[in-house]
Amino acid sequence: METLGRSFADAIGLLWGMDSALIETVVLTLQVTLVALAIALVIGIPIGAAIGLARHLPGRWLIVPLIYTGMGLPPVTVGLFTYLLLSNQGPLGSLGWLFTPAGMIVAQTIIALPLVVGLTMAAVQGVDPNLPVQMVSLGATRRQVASVTLLEARVGVTAAVVAAYGAIISEVGAVMLVGGNIEGETRVLTTAIVLETRRGNFALAMALGIILLSLAFLTNFAFHRLQVHQGVR
Amino acid sequence: MTATYELTDIRHCYGDRCVVDIPTLDVPKGEILGLVGPSGAGKSTLLRLLDFLETPTQGRIRFAGTEIDGDASLATRRDVTTVFQRPMLLKRSVAANVRVGRKLRGLDTKNGCTEQWLDRLGLTDLADAPARTLSAGEAQRVALARALVIEPSVLLLDEPTGNLDPYNVGLLEEIVRSENSERGTTIVIVTHDVFQARRLADRTGLMVAGRMVELADTEAFFSAPQQPQTAAFLRGDLLL
Repeated sequence: METLGRSFADAIGLLWGMDSALIETVVLTLQVTLVALAIALVIGIPIGAAIGLARHLPGRWLIVPLIYTGMGLPPVTVGLFTYLLLSNQGPLGSLGWLFTPAGMIVAQTIIALPLVVGLTMAAVQGVDPNLPVQMVSLGATRRQVASVTLLEARVGVTAAVVAAYGAIISEVGAVMLVGGNIEGETRVLTTAIVLETRRGNFALAMALGIILLSLAFLTNFAFHRLQVHQGVR
Repeated sequence: MTATYELTDIRHCYGDRCVVDIPTLDVPKGEILGLVGPSGAGKSTLLRLLDFLETPTQGRIRFAGTEIDGDASLATRRDVTTVFQRPMLLKRSVAANVRVGRKLRGLDTKNGCTEQWLDRLGLTDLADAPARTLSAGEAQRVALARALVIEPSVLLLDEPTGNLDPYNVGLLEEIVRSENSERGTTIVIVTHDVFQARRLADRTGLMVAGRMVELADTEAFFSAPQQPQTAAFLRGDLLL
């Protein structure tokens, strides 16, 4: 308990005098997380909406369980898969993305995508099926029906964003394997925490942990305000 | 004059169960057609076919002289709209709900017509209220306003007064009459209130078990029904 308290006090001191390496780690963490999240949203929301709206989709009996399985993918398995994909002998080895932020983004996108697809699908399915029919009757095109339904499901879609963001900003296994935790290049907050804990630098590890939690809290606070604005309290 | 709808040999089935079976039905342009009948008679399904929300299992539909083969075109679909028995309103303001059809069609939403219909249906004070907080009767009026604001050629009404008080029933009927007489809108109204059909419709049809048992000029339908089932229905007997 004493170590924890002292580490916490030291962490506050380190945070106060944030050095450039620490700032670099924070910036890279945000870059990798937000880019992966953005890619997952751009791909995942339309797919989730399409599956949610197509209630008689052929193969749905298989697609939906696959998505649910994807939502629980172990990050370290995704890391291994991405590693093999991007390694020199892998099909995407020529890209040279292994041990780069680009490779970490690929891994985190794979982790976030099923969450975005699955939760968007569930949110869209939660909208009364009569609503799309009535929008068609008012003259909506298919795309307009999807867009109106997504807007109606916006609280659930926001939850999908929150879940995906939380999963990837706190994820360590995949980014460690694919990024390699190289200082100044692929070190992010989670991999730095693992490293500093192993080195016995508990104060620094704690400081990094506080920053990570703060980033998660601030973003989730913003998402929550958005949900409140959307009419949910 | 070209009929708005010409239906030939229409059957619509869900699996083995056929819910609509109508050998022929013409709806002339500018007519108010009333449809009455017991629950489960296929009236609402017929409206869905007329709104091109479903394609009949078999048979032909001609709309304004054009054969509808498979899915209707967007332009055709946009000639028709339905006010549903249980209207679904968006999680937006009343005014935004009334505007939605015009927005979907890319029509001007700032020409005052939204406000005009809000006023005409007594909804002006509720314009900024969240639509999901409305009573069933208010929601029904919003649904009517959002249908009328897009000025459809055909207005399909599925039990539009089920949730309305007598004053608003009168208001809706007056609006239906004026839309029909001033704009020439073709109107098909499904109602459980036979007196409403008598007040509004040019012709009235009785549907039972998916079939049109009798279709006649409204006065003849009520004063001299030709089919025993019609007479029984008007007496209030249970029809199966």
